[in-house]
Amino acid sequence: MKRRDFLKGCLISGAAASLGPPSKSWAVGSFEGYPDAMGVLVDTTRCIGCRSCEAACNKEQNLPEPQLPFDDTSVFEEKRRTTENAYTVVNRYETKDGQKPSYRKMQCNHCNEPACLTSCFVNAYTKTKEGAVIYNGKVCVGCRTCMVACPFNIPAYSYSSAFGPVIKKCVLCYHTRLKFGRPPACVEICPREALTFGLRKDLIKIGHERIRATPDRYFDHIYGENELGGTSWLYLSRVPAEQIGLDETVGNEPIISNVKEFLGMVPMVLTIWPALFTGFHLLATRNKEHGDDHHNHSEQEDGKK
Amino acid sequence: MQTKGFWPAGVMVILLLAAVPGISRGITVPDTVTLNSQSKLYKPFDFNHAKHIQIMRECSYCHHHTTGTLVQDPNCIRCHRNSSKTKIVSCRGCHLADPFSAAAIKENNPKNYHNDTPSLKAAMHRNCIDCHEKMKGPSGCQDCHQRTKEGDAFYNSGEFVPRNKPAKGGHSGH
Repeated sequence: MKRRDFLKGCLISGAAASLGPPSKSWAVGSFEGYPDAMGVLVDTTRCIGCRSCEAACNKEQNLPEPQLPFDDTSVFEEKRRTTENAYTVVNRYETKDGQKPSYRKMQCNHCNEPACLTSCFVNAYTKTKEGAVIYNGKVCVGCRTCMVACPFNIPAYSYSSAFGPVIKKCVLCYHTRLKFGRPPACVEICPREALTFGLRKDLIKIGHERIRATPDRYFDHIYGENELGGTSWLYLSRVPAEQIGLDETVGNEPIISNVKEFLGMVPMVLTIWPALFTGFHLLATRNKEHGDDHHNHSEQEDGKK
Repeated sequence: MQTKGFWPAGVMVILLLAAVPGISRGITVPDTVTLNSQSKLYKPFDFNHAKHIQIMRECSYCHHHTTGTLVQDPNCIRCHRNSSKTKIVSCRGCHLADPFSAAAIKENNPKNYHNDTPSLKAAMHRNCIDCHEKMKGPSGCQDCHQRTKEGDAFYNSGEFVPRNKPAKGGHSGH
């Protein structure tokens, strides 16, 4: 084989390898979640919109006094979202089946592969082995990238703080309860056990068993079992999830999958390519002194073939 | 702006079914049962057992397969078709006060059928409220149990109603 053919071959195969779809072994392995991760199964068919979970969260996390009492149902007039003063809110949804409205509690879903964590460039976020997605407010620089990254619109921002605004969100009561094996405050207060706390893997079984035992009561789907690679908070409902404000267009791939293959390529580009192309360059310019002669000679040889 | 304790608001911690001795084969049916005796947010109250017996006339509606005529639920009769009455008929005999303790979660045996038994508090609030709604009975929180002062503080209600002006960064819509 002629050197020119060899170089050509190298270039073509190299380019093909780097531009084509990277093999699975290159990509960063996908993460199925910690085996002993805890979670909460939200059975919206049991929720009566009493807002006790909101009150419990407010007291547990030492959040400021609310604008309205926690037993005031006028808040259901509008769809609320989480704020720096409320890490969880309950919203009311009129469903299409004409039955009484459904209520759904909203808070951080504690994804197995959190987009907020992936997007945070100061590594403020941690996914603990207990399943909580916590964050270190001391290193947060307030860039709000996680607010953009979160597919559930959960992280809130302390806009009210003029000098040290940071991200605020539900941490599954990690520091005060979860760490010590206790359920989050919202779960403990819930009068009807609309919130069931347990190992995530057990909750999935329990959820499917509830659907199997009382199929008339449920739409056959557990939201969060597979969505976005799985979340620690799981939802059962009477109606399709979209009717209670859960986004069904998110897909089952974690957000990081959108960039994982590209990011998996970066180390290769940064380490192998410089060496490879330096080598090519050295090879190509080794005999540069009599390069022209060689070039002509090689062309002649090609012509002979 | 205070909603006078209709059904919003909730309940705190451990309701205890007092009385109902284990030897209920001897038929000591209590006329009243004091509930909610462990709660801090709501006051204890006397559940009128006798009146409910009069209205329902069927023990198994609340006591499942433990007493009364046999259960009809197709899901239950798979095992309990011929179950005899049990010694323990009180709610707290089966429904745990603290189902989410680390010990309770660890003990969860996947071979057991009843792995999803509601807590004592949940058993009450689900059975009672669902039936009260169906029978058009009272279903507000304070229809059954009056809130304590601590409870008012917890829900920022009563004398603890927020007086602050709508502040920045509060509950806002989308």
